[in-house]
Parts: sequence; C-alpha cells; structure tokens
Amino acid sequence: MDINATLLGQAITFAILVWFTMRFVWPPLTRAMAERAKKIADGLAAAEKGRHDLELAENRVKAVLREGHQKAQEAVAYAQKRADEMVEEAKASARVEAERLIASAHDQIAQEIQQAREALQREVGRLALAGAEQVLLREVDAVAHKAFLDKLAARL
Amino acid sequence: MAVEAPQSASQYILHHLTNNAQGSGFWTVHIDTLAVSGLVGALAFGLLYLVARGATSGVPAGLQNFVEMVVELVDTSVKGVFHGHNPLVAPLALTIFVWVFLMNAMDLLPVDLLPKLLGDQGVHYFKSVPTTDPNLTFAMSLSVFGLMIYYSFKVKGTRGYVHEVMSAPFGPKLAPVNVVFRIIEDAAKPLSLALRLFGNMYAGEMVFILIALLPYPVQWLLGAPWAIFHILIITLQAYIFMMLTIVYLSMAHESH
Repeated sequence: MDINATLLGQAITFAILVWFTMRFVWPPLTRAMAERAKKIADGLAAAEKGRHDLELAENRVKAVLREGHQKAQEAVAYAQKRADEMVEEAKASARVEAERLIASAHDQIAQEIQQAREALQREVGRLALAGAEQVLLREVDAVAHKAFLDKLAARL
Repeated sequence: MAVEAPQSASQYILHHLTNNAQGSGFWTVHIDTLAVSGLVGALAFGLLYLVARGATSGVPAGLQNFVEMVVELVDTSVKGVFHGHNPLVAPLALTIFVWVFLMNAMDLLPVDLLPKLLGDQGVHYFKSVPTTDPNLTFAMSLSVFGLMIYYSFKVKGTRGYVHEVMSAPFGPKLAPVNVVFRIIEDAAKPLSLALRLFGNMYAGEMVFILIALLPYPVQWLLGAPWAIFHILIITLQAYIFMMLTIVYLSMAHESH
C-alpha cells in the first residue's frame, strides 16, 4: 500500500467532478423534478376545483329545473283556470243569447197574434158589414154609415 | 494472462495487483487509477450532464427516469440526515455515489480483460478497479475530511469549534482528555472511510483473481455467484461511503 502523488491527482479529479455536478447536473435535475412536483400538485388542485365547480353547476341546474317545473305547473294551473272561466263565460253568454232569442220569438209570436187578431177583427167587421149589407141592402149607405161601421169593427 | 507470461499463481496474482506506476518516490503516479477513474467519471458525469441539460418537467422518459431515481435516492438520504443549509452536500453525495459505484463496477469486468487488451498494446501493468487503489479512497476520504474541518470552522466559528473540541464529551474540566478523544475520533473518520472501501474492493478483486486461476470449465461455478453477490457489495459500499459523508458533514454543521 503505497501512498503517492496519485492521491493528489485523484483529489483534483474528485474536486472537479463535485464542482461539475454542483454546477451542471444537480440544479437542472432537481429544478425539473420540483417543477414536475408543482405541476402535479397544480393539476390535482385544478381537478379538485373542477370537481367543485361541476358540483356547483349541477346544483344550479337542479335549482333551475325545479324553478322551471314549478313555473310550468303554475302555467298549466292558470290555463286550466282560464279555460274553466272561458267555458263558464261561454255558457253564460249562450244562456243570455238563448233567453234573448226566446224573448224575441215570444214578442214576434205576440205581434203575429195581435196582427192576426186585428186582421180577423177587420175581416169579421167586413163580413158583418157585408152580412148587414146583404140584409139591409138598400137601407145602409156605406158612405153614410162608414164611421159607425169602423167604430164597430174596432170594438170587435 | 499477462504479456510477460508469469507462470506461477503468485506471480499472476501479484501482476494483477500491481498498479501501472510512473515516476519515483512520492511523485509516483498510478496511471491506471487516474485514467480509469477519470474516464469513468467523465463518461458518467458527461451523461448526467446531457440528461440534466435535456431534463423536462413533463413526463420523464427512459434515461431521465433512471437518473431521477438516483437523484431522488440521494436527495432523500441527504434530507433525512442533513438538516443544515448547504448547497454542496447533495451534489457531493450524488458525485460520490455515482462515481464510487461505477468505479466499483469495474470489478465486474473479467479480471483479465483490460490487462490483456492493454498488454497487447504494450501496457504491461494495469489494475482496472480504481477503488482497489488506496490512493483513490484516501483522496476521497481526505477531501471529505477537509470539508468537515472547513465547515466546522465556518459554521461554528473558531471559538465555537475550539470550545466544542475542548468540552465534548466530558466537559471543560477534562479538556486534554476531550482533545485526545476528539483527535482519535476525527482521525478515525477518513481512515475508516477510505480503508472500508479499499478493503472491500481489494478483497473482492482478490477473490475474482483467485477464481480466474481455476480451470476454465469450472470458473463460472464460483465466478457467477461471487459476481452476483458483488453487485450487492459494490452498491452497498458506494451507498455507505455516501451516507457516511453526509453524516460527517452533518456533524460538522451541528453543535453537540
């Protein structure tokens, strides 16, 4: 075992290698590894945040759906109510119309009865006058007795 | 077998355990240790640099995945033990782990492969596992020791550090005993760090060389189990060296 100048040479080689590693090898590698660790941590955090956002969005969607459902039900209920009202209104107006029609028919009938009666009276009066003329052919002057005959016809 | 064709087993073993030394006295250098460790380091950290430069914070593919796994292991180990603020410690730990692991892994190459290939080129001695050279393990452990001392002074201040050396663990009244204890304790750290790695790898290499002395048809019977077991050892030794470095530096940053 002889110790000699080789030791000095080896010490210099060792020092150079350590310096080289410290300067060129260790920093880039550890930096890359630290960056990766950070990237992964960021990615995990982002994933967690994304999951949270999704949850929030789902809740919001649920709320909107619930609201929409409620509104639809309200609309249906309103439409139902409105339809009932319209049916009632239509029924009422139909009833009014029917009554009006009936009333006008009654009026017309009464009027026609009246007219018929008047015509009948006139006819009866004329027949009576004609009868009387036949009976009193000579004695009755149509012109002289017209006022009397008209009065009689109006009374009938 | 080596180029000079050493015939006896002991010559073969000795040949495999001799560094390619150039120069004389203290200024001898082991070319093989320097070359293999330098080459392995350049390849490994060049590759790490390429991966780091193209590192994406998106989905990592292939090699980046593997590198990040190693970085994660080192980072977790550092964060678990070291509680101070020092940008040096984690890269240092990564360097130690990767470099020591790969140099140890040279042990898994067939013991004759590199010596034979280089022998053909006229290089006659070659130890292919740099961590079986105490020069390398001591270079690393003494560097770590230097950092320990440096940060002890830097973090605790000279007064604080001297006070700690004088008063721990028996209180200020037994200052000389404390100092002696402290010197033993601190000297043991780089020594154990270097010798543990060296001893393990040297012993492992020795076993491979011994297995290589067996006749070819039966070598795999012992070679395969030992190589598989050795995968555990080289990883464990790299990990232990890294962990102890972190622990020692952590102790330098914390007051007792």
